[in-house]
Amino acid sequence: MNYGYAGTILRIDLGSEQIIKEPLAEKMCEEFIGGRGFVAKTLYEELLPDTDPFDEKNLFIIATGPLSGHLLPASGKTHFGCKSPATGGYADSNMGGHFGPALKYAGYDMAILTGRAKKPSILVIEDEKIELRKADQYWGKGSLICEELLKKELGQDFQILTIGPSGEKQVKFACISHDFGRQAGRTGIGAVLGSKNIKAIAVKGTGAIPVFDVEKAFEKGKQAFKKVSEKPGFKGWTPEGTAGITDWVNEVGAFPTKNFQTSHIDHNKNINGKKIIERIKITDKGCYCCPTPCGKYGHTKTKLGSAYVEGPEYETIALFGGSCFLQTIEEVAYANYLCDELGIDTISGASVAAFTIECYEKGLLTKEEIGHDVRFGDLESIVYLLNLMGLRKTRLGDLLANGVKAASESIGQGSEKFAIHVKGLEWTGYECRNAPSMMLAYMTADIGAHHNRAWVLGHDVVGAATNVHDLITAGTDSDTRAKAEISAETSAEFVIDSQHTRPAFDIIGTCRLQLMELGFEVENYAELYSVITGKEKTWEDILKVSEKVWTLTRLISAREIPNFGRRLDYPPARFSEEPTPTGPNKGYCIPMKDLDSLLDAYYEKRGWDKNGIPTQETIDRVGLKDMVKEKT
Amino acid sequence: MELFVDHSKCSGCGACKLACSIANFKQVTPSKGLLRIEARFPSPGDFRVHLCDQCGECAAVCPVEAITLQNGVWLIDEDECIACHECVEACPKDVMIIQPNNIPAKCTLCGECAEICPRQAIGIRQKTAAGEDK
Repeated sequence: MNYGYAGTILRIDLGSEQIIKEPLAEKMCEEFIGGRGFVAKTLYEELLPDTDPFDEKNLFIIATGPLSGHLLPASGKTHFGCKSPATGGYADSNMGGHFGPALKYAGYDMAILTGRAKKPSILVIEDEKIELRKADQYWGKGSLICEELLKKELGQDFQILTIGPSGEKQVKFACISHDFGRQAGRTGIGAVLGSKNIKAIAVKGTGAIPVFDVEKAFEKGKQAFKKVSEKPGFKGWTPEGTAGITDWVNEVGAFPTKNFQTSHIDHNKNINGKKIIERIKITDKGCYCCPTPCGKYGHTKTKLGSAYVEGPEYETIALFGGSCFLQTIEEVAYANYLCDELGIDTISGASVAAFTIECYEKGLLTKEEIGHDVRFGDLESIVYLLNLMGLRKTRLGDLLANGVKAASESIGQGSEKFAIHVKGLEWTGYECRNAPSMMLAYMTADIGAHHNRAWVLGHDVVGAATNVHDLITAGTDSDTRAKAEISAETSAEFVIDSQHTRPAFDIIGTCRLQLMELGFEVENYAELYSVITGKEKTWEDILKVSEKVWTLTRLISAREIPNFGRRLDYPPARFSEEPTPTGPNKGYCIPMKDLDSLLDAYYEKRGWDKNGIPTQETIDRVGLKDMVKEKT
Repeated sequence: MELFVDHSKCSGCGACKLACSIANFKQVTPSKGLLRIEARFPSPGDFRVHLCDQCGECAAVCPVEAITLQNGVWLIDEDECIACHECVEACPKDVMIIQPNNIPAKCTLCGECAEICPRQAIGIRQKTAAGEDK
C-alpha cells in the first residue's frame, strides 16, 4: 500500500465521458513523489508532442502530494499542469486553499482530464461518484460569483475551483480560482480548462488517507505546528503576510515601477501590509492546516466601486501598486478583485496593462486604438484595460489577451524591449537590474519569469541565504549591500539551490512559506514524509527528485518549443540596455556579456550544454536514463 | 472543563477538525471531526466555529439513556445506543456525526482541537458559570 497517498489516479475523457480509476503505482511514488513530480512525468510521457495548448489533446492535470491533506503545517497545496498557452512549453501552477486535500479524501491523488466536453460543463466529484453536469447557468459568470452559486447548489462542504469569463475566452493568462481568493494564477492554466469546456470542478471527499504510523504522524504533526509557532516570524510575519515585504523590496530598489522603467516608488506606505490591516482586512484566511495565514480577506471601497476581496498579496501590490502605479491599497485591492472575477492572473494582467500604458505614452498605440486615454496611477485606466484584455473586447483587447510577448511582436517599433517577460510569461514583482542572482532566477525559471521557482533577491542583497522574516526585520544597510559582490558562479549556485528547494514543496504537496518566510527547518518535512509514508527519505533525497523533475521540465519545453534554448533565457533588453534611471539602484543594469556569464555558469553547474539543453550524461545522472531514452 | 471559542481568531484552516478525527477515530479525514467551521464567504467574510458545549440536548432526547454525564462530559455508550439518531437531529450545534457502524459520535472534550489550533481561536478551560464565549 502507498501510505500517505489516496491510492488512485482519476482519468476522465471529457468528450466520451469515459472514466478510468487507475491504481497509483508505487514506482511513480518512489521516483517522482507527487504534485509537480507527477505533473512533469505525466506531461513528458502522455502529452502528444507539438499539441496545440488549446487542442483537446492537451492534458489538464490536477495533482496532490503525499503530504497533502495530512495534519502538518500548510498541507493544502494543489498542483496543476498542462502545456502552456502563454509559453508553448511546460506549464504548472499551484494554489493553496482546501481543494487538494478534499480530492485526496475523495480518494484521488491525481486527476487527468483529456478531450473536450461537448457542452460547457461542471465536473462534480463526490467520493466515488463522478459526474459531468451542464454549466449553462454558470457560463459567462465571474469566478467568485460562480463559486458562490455552486456552493449554494451543491453544499458548503464542496471545495470548488472555477474559471471566469477570461478562461472561457481562452485569455492566455487566465487563472483558476478557488475559495474566494486563492488562485493558480500562472501560465494560462485557466484558459486550458476553458478550452475543455469546464467551468468548474467541485469535490467533496469523506474518506480517510491511510497513514503508515498514525499515532507517530499525529505526534510529529503536532510538534511541527508547535515548532512553527515558536519561530519569531510566526507573530512577526503572519499579520501582514506576503504584503509585509513591500517596504523592504522598495528600499532595496527592486520594486517594479511603471512597467519596470524604474525600481522605486514614494507611495509604498500607502500600499503596504500595514495599510491592508488598517484599511481593508476583515479576517486572516488560512489555507488547509496553515498556522501562518497569508490570506487577508477584506472589503475595499474606491470611486469605481466596492468589493469583497482576498488579498492583495505582495505580487499584486508590486504589479498594480508599482508597475501600474496605483496609489492606494484600496485601488490595488479593487484591481485584484476585478482580476479574480474575470479570472485572470493579477501579475500578467497588471503587466499587460502597464505595457499598454507605456506603449501609449511612447506613441506606439493611439487613443483610437486603445479606445481610452490611459495613464499610470489611474484606476479607471487600469479597470478599462483589464476588461479589454480579460473579455477580449476590441481588436486590441484580443491582442492583449495573448500577453505582452505576443502584443509587442505585433506592435513592434521597439516595444519588445519593454515587454517584460521571459519565454512569454510576464515578470513578477522584483526588478533585478542590481540583483544578478534574482535576474538569473527569472531567466531560467522553467515556466517563464516567475519567482516561485527560485527567490534569491535576499541573497543578492545580503550575500547569503536567509529567511524573509529575518531579512526584513534586519533592515537594509548600504554597507552590507556593497560587500555582497557576487560572482556569476555564486549566483548560479544560489539559483540552483533555490530551484531545487522551493519546487520540492510543490512535489511533496505543502506550502513552502513556513520555510521561506519563517525559517521552519526542511528536516521536519523529511521526517513527516517518513512517518506518513513508511518510507525513509532524507531532505537530500527529496531534493534529488526535485533536480530530476527540473531536468524533465526543461526537456519538455525543449521538445515543445521550436528552437528552444539559450535564446529564450534572456530577459527583455530594458534590463541589459537601460540603466535604472532613479532610486537606490540608479545607474545599474546587467549588460549582455554579464547575462551570458550568468547563463554559462548556470548551464555548466547544471550539466547542460552551451545552448541550455541537459546533456545525456546529466539525464542519466539525475535518474531519467530509462524514461528519456525510451522517447528519444 | 469546557471548550471556548473566539471566532475572530479563526482563519478557517481546519486543523481542529482533522486533529479531532485523528484523536478520536485514528483516521486522517476532517469528515469525522466533531466540530464545524462555517466559512461565511464572500460576505460577510468571516468564520464561525461551532463546538459542542456539553449542553446535554443529545442526552435529553435519547430514548434509551445511552448518553450519560461523566466528569462533565456527555458520553455515548455504544452498547446501549439503538442508532435512532435522535441525538444527532437534536444537537443544536450540528456537531455530531454518524459513524459507519451507524452509531452516533460526539465531542469527548479531549481538547485536541484546542491544542492544535495555531490561532488560539479554540481554547479549553475550567468551566465557568458564564459558559461559552460568544
